[in-house]
Amino acid sequence: MARAATTTDAFNAVAEPRRRQILDVLAGGERPVNDLVMLLGLAQPLVSKHLRVLREVGLVEVRDDGRQRMYRLNGHALKPIHDWVKNYERSWSQRFDQLDVVLEELKEMEDGNDGSDE
Amino acid sequence: MMAVTSSGSAVVTLPSDTQILITREFNAPRRLVYKAWTTPELIKRWWSGEQGEVTLADVDLRVGGMWRYVMVAEGGFEVGFHGEYREIVPNERIICTEVYEGMPKGEAVNTHTFTETDGRTTLTVLVQHTSQEHRDAHINSGMEVGMQEAYDRLEQVAVSLR
Repeated sequence: MARAATTTDAFNAVAEPRRRQILDVLAGGERPVNDLVMLLGLAQPLVSKHLRVLREVGLVEVRDDGRQRMYRLNGHALKPIHDWVKNYERSWSQRFDQLDVVLEELKEMEDGNDGSDE
Repeated sequence: MMAVTSSGSAVVTLPSDTQILITREFNAPRRLVYKAWTTPELIKRWWSGEQGEVTLADVDLRVGGMWRYVMVAEGGFEVGFHGEYREIVPNERIICTEVYEGMPKGEAVNTHTFTETDGRTTLTVLVQHTSQEHRDAHINSGMEVGMQEAYDRLEQVAVSLR
């Protein structure tokens, strides 16, 4: 499946470990930027830069609360990534379902001849 | 005939940028899971899942030995995978390389671990790629097979409309 080559999709946005950390923190609830700076131990300009990338792809949303800017996670934007992995997972599930059938037969065979073929 | 009870579905996670981890529990002791995993005539029965038919399963189960599987998807689209065994602990662990022949540069190292508890086996497959690009392409490859089948079917429909 084709993916954008620029940094403008969710896949590229979460490729950066620090940005994933930010998403992990925001998964616990809305936070002002100062909290993120403190929790991640990063310089504020760097945190702001990551937040900008996350906002551009819609992974986080921001609102003004008095003098603070509050950031929160937008889970919907993660759906393409979820779907992407799910598809791969489905093909493994189908494969393992077939393996279940083979295993049941192997168990029956063993029960039938007391495992004397091993 | 014993009813086949599904032991749950595969769980896929991405522990790091270059890894894929697949986990699944089976209602069978691990020596049987290992046997089904390493015996060509058994591999042929499950490895393709619902995506087609396994036409080749070569297994030279020794360190330095090669494996190669070929699957023909519906519509005739052929995909091959091969690799080399790096470490073999019978019924416990297999470490081998894996190359998807459609993307020969993206060699991964797969660690298969078979753990048994109360007659049930948990299998984990850790796929370690050399780059995120290759890891992502690997996850995409399953979809490409599916898309290829869809294109093939579309072509058949198109031809029938002529």
